[in-house]
Amino acid sequence: MADTILEVRNLKKYFKTARGMLHAVDDISFTLERGKTLGLVGESGCGKSTTGRSILRLIEPSAGEVLFDGTDICKLSSGEMRKKRKDMQIIFQDPFSSLDPKKTVNQIISEPIRENRILTKKHAIEEKVLELMETVGLAERLINSYPHELDGGRRQRIGIARALAMQPKLIVCDEPVSALDVSIQAQILNLLKTLQEKMGLTYIFITHDLSVVNHFSNDIAVMYLGQIVEKAPAEELFANPIHPYTKALLSAIPVPDLSEKRQRISLKGEITSPINLPDACRFANRCFDCQDGCREGIPQLREVTPNHFVACFLHG
Amino acid sequence: MSETEKHILDVKNLVVRYETEDGIVRAINGIDIQLGYKQTLGLVGETGAGKTTAALSILRLVPSPPGVVECDLLHIDGLDILSLPDHKMEEVRGKEVSMIFQDPMTVLNPVFTVGEQIAESLEIHEHLSHKDALQRAESMLELVGIPGSRANEYPHQFSGGMKQRVVIAIALACSPKLLIADEPTTALDVTIQAQVLELMSQLKDKYDTSMIMITHDLGIVAEVCDKVAVMYAGRIVEQGLLEDVFNHTLHPYTEGLFNSLPNVKNRTAMLKPIRGLMPDPTNLPSGCAFAPRCNYATEACLGEPPALRAVSDTHSVACAAYNTPGFHIEKGRDA
Repeated sequence: MADTILEVRNLKKYFKTARGMLHAVDDISFTLERGKTLGLVGESGCGKSTTGRSILRLIEPSAGEVLFDGTDICKLSSGEMRKKRKDMQIIFQDPFSSLDPKKTVNQIISEPIRENRILTKKHAIEEKVLELMETVGLAERLINSYPHELDGGRRQRIGIARALAMQPKLIVCDEPVSALDVSIQAQILNLLKTLQEKMGLTYIFITHDLSVVNHFSNDIAVMYLGQIVEKAPAEELFANPIHPYTKALLSAIPVPDLSEKRQRISLKGEITSPINLPDACRFANRCFDCQDGCREGIPQLREVTPNHFVACFLHG
Repeated sequence: MSETEKHILDVKNLVVRYETEDGIVRAINGIDIQLGYKQTLGLVGETGAGKTTAALSILRLVPSPPGVVECDLLHIDGLDILSLPDHKMEEVRGKEVSMIFQDPMTVLNPVFTVGEQIAESLEIHEHLSHKDALQRAESMLELVGIPGSRANEYPHQFSGGMKQRVVIAIALACSPKLLIADEPTTALDVTIQAQVLELMSQLKDKYDTSMIMITHDLGIVAEVCDKVAVMYAGRIVEQGLLEDVFNHTLHPYTEGLFNSLPNVKNRTAMLKPIRGLMPDPTNLPSGCAFAPRCNYATEACLGEPPALRAVSDTHSVACAAYNTPGFHIEKGRDA
């Protein structure tokens, strides 16, 4: 029996807008094993961040269940949820706007410790902060610095230290390296990987960068307009993509290798509006393989080969 | 035939510094660029390497003060840009050389229709009447894959990818000889990026445009460029044909950039990032600027900044380690 830490069942998040119902997350289900990483990939507006935040109830889901260690956290009271959040943390994309500019590194990292009364003695807190700073590779002398004095990579390390302060079991990493230069990006990715091995962390890794997610994840789920269109172990997904959208997405990555000349699949048009969606395959308008039947009903995620799930009328 | 006429762009010993209250920011520290007709040069480097400043100084758009631009030679298509009076320079911009900026959201004017914005440069440079210019604008829109009927719409009615297409239409409206694209697809999603890059290379072929592609993405370079120049702390540290730089990498920094990229073929391998950070441009080290982060650095690297030296007709590198006979870098990526 697999050791499941998180099970998401039929998660939905709709937003009411003036023009109608916006389907940000539309009926998503998946399970995640302890100590593993799930990559959530997709382009802007596909609902990957909303999914991450709904799982932590930072945004209240419209419907569905989120079972964390067996408890449905959607049913918890706000007090209970507060306690539960110690186990579930998030690292944000933008290390510039996610840190309070008026607080020092010390104050930022110690805030969750003080707030949750994990430690109360001043020197014990400071010791913990220094320990966390060492874990994430921040020099001790920076303890009284302000975020604006530090570069993007160091700021992201603060964000990671803050998330680790609660000794969480699950961390949602929402585009943690997108704002960083490649050489710094590699430093942060290595850090996250080392931390995972050392602390047995489970990650949901949200990104638009397929090469990063391939490097990092055990399983990858590809999202399009609020739905998972394909989910498979990373190697399998890259070797045998089935959904037309996944194929196009993979072929669109520019590869820094001259020996690799690939056939590019160009998609027509752009992502359609997620408001008042028709009862049809959401990718049909841009799909190069679209058939008449594709506009009748929404395709369900089906297991086509072991552990490889696809939502496409033409497969499975 | 003078030598400059063989190149659309010829830059010698460009130096740009910003004299600010906090000190002198040494953005560009002596670079040479030679670009042949119809060629595409990729200018690669991380934030703060000086890529954008290099592009701006070619167009004489570096704000002064605080910017100070010094240059031995700056020719575009044989024309001496440095000696041009300002009003002549305005004729060059948009007509001979166009620039595509990174963020299409902020480049377009929100209160004019996209048609009017494309027509503007046609009226100025080609002296078309407003009506004719608007008509040409519509055909430019068609060219970049937007229905001409949308010329009367405003930027906010377009998506990010469509806006970047509009920006490309503006840049190409007067068929410039040289196009400078500064991270043109960084703000776009990967499938849209693929569309825009494809469009750019089609149009480049159609109009025989030469191009400088500024990017931090080596994948994009591999796809669209003929030549590459890798920049670090305001200098070109390695340059050559695509094949030279990608398959016969010489500079330790270029090697570091490749090693930092997640490798699709070997996904479990740990990445090998470059340690440390880019030096502060107000306080550059006296020797090679990369030495503090370099695994191969020796005493010899701390004296003078190394000059670019040619290792073949097409490939050159600025690294003192190559003074030692037999020196080579590891570049474990393809192993």
